[in-house]
Amino acid sequence: MTTPSASATASPSPPGPGPGSSSAPARRRGHRAAAEARAGLLLSLPFVLLFAVFIAWPVLQSMFMSFTDMRISDIRSPFAVDFVGLDNYIAAFEDPVFRRSAVNTGVFVLIGVPLTITAGLAAALALDRGVTRLRGVFRVGFYTPVVTSIVAVAVVWRFLLRPDNGLVNTVLGWVGIDGPNWLGDERTALLSLIVMAVWRNFGTSMVIFLAGLQAVDQQLHEAAALDGASAWQRFLNVTLPSIRPTMLFVMVTTSIGYLQFFEEPFVMTQGGPLHATISASMYTYNQFGFGNYGVAGAMAYLTFIVIGIVTLAQFRLMREK
Amino acid sequence: MIDRRRPVLTYIVLTAFLLLVITPFVWMILGSLKTQGELLRVPPTWLPEEPTLDNFRRLFDRPFGRYFQNSAVVAIAVTVGNLFFSSMFGYALAHLHFPFKRVLFLLVLGCLMIPGLVTFIPQYVLIVNLGLADTIPALILPFLVQPFSVFLMRQFFLGLPRELLEAGRIDGVGEIAIFFRIYLPLAGPAFATLGILTFLGSWNNFLWPLVVSSSESTYTLPVALALISTGQNQTDYGLLLAGATLIVLPILVVFLFFQRYFIQGIATSGIK
Repeated sequence: MTTPSASATASPSPPGPGPGSSSAPARRRGHRAAAEARAGLLLSLPFVLLFAVFIAWPVLQSMFMSFTDMRISDIRSPFAVDFVGLDNYIAAFEDPVFRRSAVNTGVFVLIGVPLTITAGLAAALALDRGVTRLRGVFRVGFYTPVVTSIVAVAVVWRFLLRPDNGLVNTVLGWVGIDGPNWLGDERTALLSLIVMAVWRNFGTSMVIFLAGLQAVDQQLHEAAALDGASAWQRFLNVTLPSIRPTMLFVMVTTSIGYLQFFEEPFVMTQGGPLHATISASMYTYNQFGFGNYGVAGAMAYLTFIVIGIVTLAQFRLMREK
Repeated sequence: MIDRRRPVLTYIVLTAFLLLVITPFVWMILGSLKTQGELLRVPPTWLPEEPTLDNFRRLFDRPFGRYFQNSAVVAIAVTVGNLFFSSMFGYALAHLHFPFKRVLFLLVLGCLMIPGLVTFIPQYVLIVNLGLADTIPALILPFLVQPFSVFLMRQFFLGLPRELLEAGRIDGVGEIAIFFRIYLPLAGPAFATLGILTFLGSWNNFLWPLVVSSSESTYTLPVALALISTGQNQTDYGLLLAGATLIVLPILVVFLFFQRYFIQGIATSGIK
């Protein structure tokens, strides 16, 4: 233990300049500020340079590209292209497949986001309050799909969902249900992908909710219970308001993820059957594959705009409540 | 507070749920040990009747060792780069005053919201024009700096006392040396979290390598697996399941050892 006097002698004298001795310390301080600024810039430089080249510049070029007729043949001279104004954006809106992909993406978001959040929150609540033993086992188990490669997931799920001897239809057969060709049928393909996405992603929201639930005031909970509030009432009136920032975060990040829904349809169905599972991001990628860089750029920016609007709306909604 | 029946019910529901969640993994590993004939049987078998490593052997008849090595090299390089560049910039943002600091921070933060597809084509154009298409550096360069990493490191350094900086100055340590000799050695926990998340992201990265790589010498595991799974010939389920197991197993083992950091990383990024 240091005594107060010892620590006082070890600490520097207060920086305020004494009367008549202002110039030398002031110069030293100016020198130090310059050294600090130099160090700050030097430490930032490597990141900022790479960031400018590989992220900021592509963002700008993407916007430029979306107003031009750039195609794959222009790849060596990306700026020797003609401006076409809003043509690419108009073409996107007039393309029936893009409209279909936008509707599909809407369905992914509207069903996938609530399911993911509900499953994540339910698991977090059960682990936070209902369970003390084995909590780690459940937590790790539920989180496992999150760390798994989508390509591996696709291989396994395609195998599980096989119409003839897939595990899912085998189990359904035990209870006398004749399972459909999940991925091959227009009516079930989208649903199958959503279920798979929820399976893969709810662990992330669970973990964030688990962290958020630590902010809930247990005394408030107990007081409400003493007053005769049911578990459901306590959840609505105590738990939910306390985790509102967490809820907002999970809503925003999950929505952004589902609005960019890409990997699941790409590796599972290639968007089929008959465009039943094609998403806006996947169709954008297809346009890139066809070499239509201008159109793909416009579609990517449309997605970005929608993401921005949805995010802002969620911030508004959660704040006003 | 919670009545006595509820925990039992909770355990039952959670256990059922857990079985649902991990069944695909169990099915994958069991399947990778079965023969093609057994994999196609109706109804399917649970345990492999004659467990065999033949699928894995056939996997390594192809250059899967090479793919594995590519995946590992790329993931390690991306991780090291992220830790290095983000910690320097994050520290500067947290503790130093310098020109354009606010602008730079807002720019980087703004890019957190931009979907990957927006930058995808220009990045591809850039890589082609740099003459790097179908090379290992093309798989690394665009991921060396990530806005999220800076955000995480900045938050971490903000949590370290500024007094260390003052003390270093009094002892005459140079401004840059203060970062490398005083703050960096304290960054272990943040490095563990960020390192695991970045490594995982890179290991599982799929779309970019799929587009940029066009020859066996640069394929990563996910790309190689995707390409055999869309092959022309009749689907070789045994090979696919063995490949899937090969991608998932190393990550799963690492995850089980370091799950605290994995989960902490996600949780941390959520709270702040």
